[in-house]
Amino acid sequence: MSLLEVRSLKKRFGAVEVLCGVDLTLEAGEVLAVVGDNGAGKSTLIKHISGVHRRDSGDISLDGKPINFESPKQSRGAGIETVYQDLALADELSVGANIFLGREPTRRWLGLLPVIDRQRIQQETQRLIDSIESQIPDGASTVAGLSGGQRQAVAIARALYWDAKVVILDEPTAALAVMERENVIKLSRMLASKGVGVIYIGHNLVEILEVADRIAVMHRGRIVHVTRSDDTTQEELIKYMTGYSERQGHAA
Amino acid sequence: MATHDANLSPGRRMKIPAATKTRHLRKWGLPVETLVLGLTLLLWIVMSISTSTFLTSNNVVNILRQVSIDSIIAFGVLFPILIRGIDLSVGSVVALSGVVCATLLTMGLPIPIAIALTLVLGVAIGSLNAFSVYRLGIPAFIITLAGLQAFRGGAFLVSDGTSVFGLPKALSAFARAEWLGIPSLFWSMLVIGLVLHFILSRTRTGRYMVAMGSNHESARRAGINIKRIVFFAYIVSSVTACIAGMLLMARMSIGSPTAGVAYELNAIAAAVVGGASLFGGRGSVLGTFIGALLFATIANAANLLGIDSFWQMVATGVLIAAVVYVDNLHKRRQSGMK
Repeated sequence: MSLLEVRSLKKRFGAVEVLCGVDLTLEAGEVLAVVGDNGAGKSTLIKHISGVHRRDSGDISLDGKPINFESPKQSRGAGIETVYQDLALADELSVGANIFLGREPTRRWLGLLPVIDRQRIQQETQRLIDSIESQIPDGASTVAGLSGGQRQAVAIARALYWDAKVVILDEPTAALAVMERENVIKLSRMLASKGVGVIYIGHNLVEILEVADRIAVMHRGRIVHVTRSDDTTQEELIKYMTGYSERQGHAA
Repeated sequence: MATHDANLSPGRRMKIPAATKTRHLRKWGLPVETLVLGLTLLLWIVMSISTSTFLTSNNVVNILRQVSIDSIIAFGVLFPILIRGIDLSVGSVVALSGVVCATLLTMGLPIPIAIALTLVLGVAIGSLNAFSVYRLGIPAFIITLAGLQAFRGGAFLVSDGTSVFGLPKALSAFARAEWLGIPSLFWSMLVIGLVLHFILSRTRTGRYMVAMGSNHESARRAGINIKRIVFFAYIVSSVTACIAGMLLMARMSIGSPTAGVAYELNAIAAAVVGGASLFGGRGSVLGTFIGALLFATIANAANLLGIDSFWQMVATGVLIAAVVYVDNLHKRRQSGMK
C-alpha cells in the first residue's frame, strides 16, 4: 500500500480543464519530484492534496484511507504539510513562533489563564534547529532578518516537527542562492530518510535529478511520464515536459 | 529565471549576525521606544531644572491624569493597527459613550448598570466595525471614518446638542481621588494597560494578531481563526474608547458631545511614535504609553513656558515625522536588502 494515492483526479476551472485524470502514488521515505512547464497543472495538483482546492472527480487516499479535505487545516491535521513557494512566514514573529504558529503549546498562568508556553517553544525550537544543522542562528530571532535559505529551513523545520507523513515542497529553491539550494536538497533528503513522503515541485532539472528518487512529468493536466531518476536524463525529461515525445508518438 | 539571478547575491547571507545582535534590543521593544523614552526623560529633566512649576506634585498629578485617558484610547487603537487595520472612530466613541452614560445616569439608573450598558454599546460598535471590515470587505479606514462622523452625530442627537449635567457626586469624587499619591485615572490606565499587555505578549490571541498583521496569508494557512481576531481587535478598540469616554465624563462631571475631538489622531500618533507600524505586526502597549507620555509632557511644558499652542502643534507634527523616519532607518539597516 502506498502512502499517498491519487487516482483519476479531475478539475475544471470554468472552461479550462486543468487536471484531466491524474494518477500518482507516493511511497513513504521517497522524494517524488513533479516537474512540468508553467501551466502544466503542478500547483493545482498539490493544492488538491493540501486541501486548498476541491476536486470535481477522482480519489485521493492517505495510508489507504480515502480523504476529502475541505480546508488546508484538515489536511495538516491528517499529516500533510505544505511548504509554499512564498514560504508564508510572519516576519515580525520569531523562528520558534513561526514553527508553532496556530499550534502553540499553552500552560495555565497562576493555574487559571491559558498562556503560551514560551519556554517550551524555545527549547523545542533549539533542539529542532540543532537537529537539522540549518544555520538558523537562534530560535528567538525574528524571521525578518533571515536569508531566503534560512527561511526555507524554518518552513521545513515546521513540517518536520509536526511529524508530517507527507511534505509538499512547492518550488523550494526558486528564490535561493546556489549555496542555499544545496542545503534545501539536503533537508529534503533528510525528511525522506525519516520516513516522510516528499513531493518536490520544481523546474530546475539538474536539481531535480539530484534530489529525487522518482520523477513524474506533467504536461497539460496529465502525468505523461514517471521514471526513476537514475534511469533518465535531462533531455528525456524535457521531451516529455514540452510534449515533444507525445507528438512524435502520434506521428509514428 | 531573471528572479533567480537577482537573488544569487551572497549579500543575503551576511545578515545573520545583525539579526542576532538586535534581538536583545528587540526583546525590550527598542530602539525607537528608547529614543522616545529618552526624549521624554530629557524633557522632564530640563523642565525640572529650568522651571519651578514643573516638578510640583500638583503638576505631575496633572500630567498623569492627562496621559491616562490619552493612553487608554491609544492602547485600544493599537489593536486594529497591529492587524494592519485602523480605527478612526474612537474620538467620537469617547463623546458618544460619555453622553450615553451621562444620560442613563440622569435617568436615574444605578452607576454599575449605566457603565455596563455603555460597555455593551462599545462591544456593539466594535462588532459593527469588525463586521464591516471582515464580512462586507469595507476598508477599515473608510468604515471607521464613517463611524467618526456618525457617532459624533449620535452624541449630539442623544444629548440634544448640549452637555448632559447632573451626574452623581460619586463619579467626580472617583475622578479626583488619589491612592498612594497616584490619581485614580492613572491606576485605571495601569490596570487596562497590564491586561492588554498580557493579552498581547502571552496569549495565543495576541500572537495571532501579530501574525495576521505581519503576514495575513501565513496566518490563514496556519489555521488561525481570522474572523475571531478581527472582531477581537475592533471590540478592544471600541470598548477602551468607551472606558476612556466614561472616565473623561467623570473627570469633567458632564457628558459632552464635543469631547474627544481629534483624539483618534493623538492615539494613533502615540502608538506610532511608540514603535507601532501602520503596516501591521509591530507595536507594544509599553511603547504606546511612552508615546502618549511624550505628547502629554510636551503639551504641559508648552503651557508652563507660555509657548503658543500653535507652535506646540507644529512641534508635535515635526516630532511624529522625525521619530518614524529614524525608526525606518533602523529597520532598513536591520532587514538588510529589503
